[in-house]
Amino acid sequence: MGNALLQYATVLMLTIFVGIEIIAKVPSILHTPLMSGSNAIHGVILVGAMLVLGSSNTTLETVLGFLAVILATLNVVGGFVVTDRMLEMFKAKPRTTAAKKDEVAS
Amino acid sequence: MSRGTLIDLLYLVSATTFILALKGLGSPKRARLGNGIAAVGMLIAVVATFFKQVDGHNLHHVALILIAMAIGIVVAVPTARYVRMTAMPQLVAIFNGVGGGAASLVSITEFVHIHSTHPATYVTLEVLLGVLIGTVSFSGSAIAYAKLQELMTGRPVTYPGQQVINAILGAAGLVLIIIILVTGQTGLLWVLLALAFVLGIAFVLPIGGADVPVLISLLNSFTGLAVAASGFTLGSNLLIVAGTLVGASGILLTRLMSKAMGRSLSNVLFSAFGSVITASGGTGADARPVRSGSPEDAAVLLSFASRVVIIPGYGLAVAQAQHVLRELGEELESKGIEVFYAIHPVAGRMPGHMNVLLAEANVPYEQLMELDEANSELQTADVALVVGANDTVNPAAKDDKTSPIYGMPIINADLAENVLFLKRSMRPGFAGIENELLYNPKTTLIFGDAKDTLTKIVAAVKAS
Repeated sequence: MGNALLQYATVLMLTIFVGIEIIAKVPSILHTPLMSGSNAIHGVILVGAMLVLGSSNTTLETVLGFLAVILATLNVVGGFVVTDRMLEMFKAKPRTTAAKKDEVAS
Repeated sequence: MSRGTLIDLLYLVSATTFILALKGLGSPKRARLGNGIAAVGMLIAVVATFFKQVDGHNLHHVALILIAMAIGIVVAVPTARYVRMTAMPQLVAIFNGVGGGAASLVSITEFVHIHSTHPATYVTLEVLLGVLIGTVSFSGSAIAYAKLQELMTGRPVTYPGQQVINAILGAAGLVLIIIILVTGQTGLLWVLLALAFVLGIAFVLPIGGADVPVLISLLNSFTGLAVAASGFTLGSNLLIVAGTLVGASGILLTRLMSKAMGRSLSNVLFSAFGSVITASGGTGADARPVRSGSPEDAAVLLSFASRVVIIPGYGLAVAQAQHVLRELGEELESKGIEVFYAIHPVAGRMPGHMNVLLAEANVPYEQLMELDEANSELQTADVALVVGANDTVNPAAKDDKTSPIYGMPIINADLAENVLFLKRSMRPGFAGIENELLYNPKTTLIFGDAKDTLTKIVAAVKAS
């Protein structure tokens, strides 16, 4: 029991440093997609929600677990779709305006 | 390899994809790929979980799980797909809030589940923390959503003794946790739940205006921590890794965002910024003369320029004028005029929000300039066209030590030869502060709805 706790605490500590390290050099234009993307990632609570609903013994647990799965699914699905929609806009566009400019210049 | 080991291995793969995804999200090229990778990782984790054994038997209620997921998908996909891009911040707020709510529910349910077996003290602590943080995130996000959606006032809501009351609420939460741990009175969990709900609301009420996005980032980080706490309770490395990643990176991101506004995080959270609307210099300021012009005047000025810097702000998005603006930019370019867009880091309602909005309107990525680059370009610009921005070009941030936005980096629109300021009225901006730039002799104000005005300017430029 104590060993398991220690193992989780180790994972916690190491992940804190990973989390800080990978964010350190993000350009500000990507702050919003990053926030939205990490929002989707904490939707992994869906796995936890599935486990509590899947192991429920009483009606109370079943109801709470059911609600948890709904909310977590909203978080995961909504999070990924919104982020994807945002990032879709960052695609390099065909340079129509630049082409026009060249025409005028020549 | 046993089934349990295989599932744990798949969880490890999933956790790795989350780390890769966050790394990918940090660069414009790989951001979309990163998001996709995380989605695949999430799918792996969810599918693997269906085959997991808990307490020595397969998952019960698989049908219920599928129904609940279906409900979630049916609600989430259309919402996320079809909400307007300007409503993005509140969408992130609400998806974050439900995540916090889910984490809180998972902790509660697990606690009810293991209740009979007299859990160890540290298990109780994990549950209590999960409930406290998750619920604060839930109710806080709900209020943030209401503020951004303008269901309630976006300005800070303050009342006498607010900070004292919030401090008492926070302290009461901690004391309650200690009481539950010491006495084992687990029924008090429900009291903690209620208290956390109120705390989330009370914490968010005094934060308003441009600070709400920073708050959402912080609440996002809270949800991550609540997920990590649930991970401890359930004994899941995956939840601990994913939750902690979001928690740690979220706090850093929150600090980066407040730094972009030239303020400290505690100042953002506790100062009820912008609640006093220019109490200092407000009186008599309205009486000062400003120069206003017609869209045709603006068109003439623009047509004879050789370098134009456009400074868009959230007002542009509100007026849905980004497409007309792009048209104006293209029209000017076809006359051989150089056009750039100067993007302040906090233009729009979230950092990077304006880039998203302009990209949606097909503005070429290469024409967007960040703050420093924009400020050096402005020195040689003939016209700075301010559309729907206000606080981000307010020189008070440089000159006026008493101004609440003093120290925030701004776009120096006043460096340009001429300033065209498209504005609906003389009303102050999001932060509620008077803007000296309006009274600058270089400035010409063009009153009216941004979309109308821009349409008229485009027509006039075409005609000239």
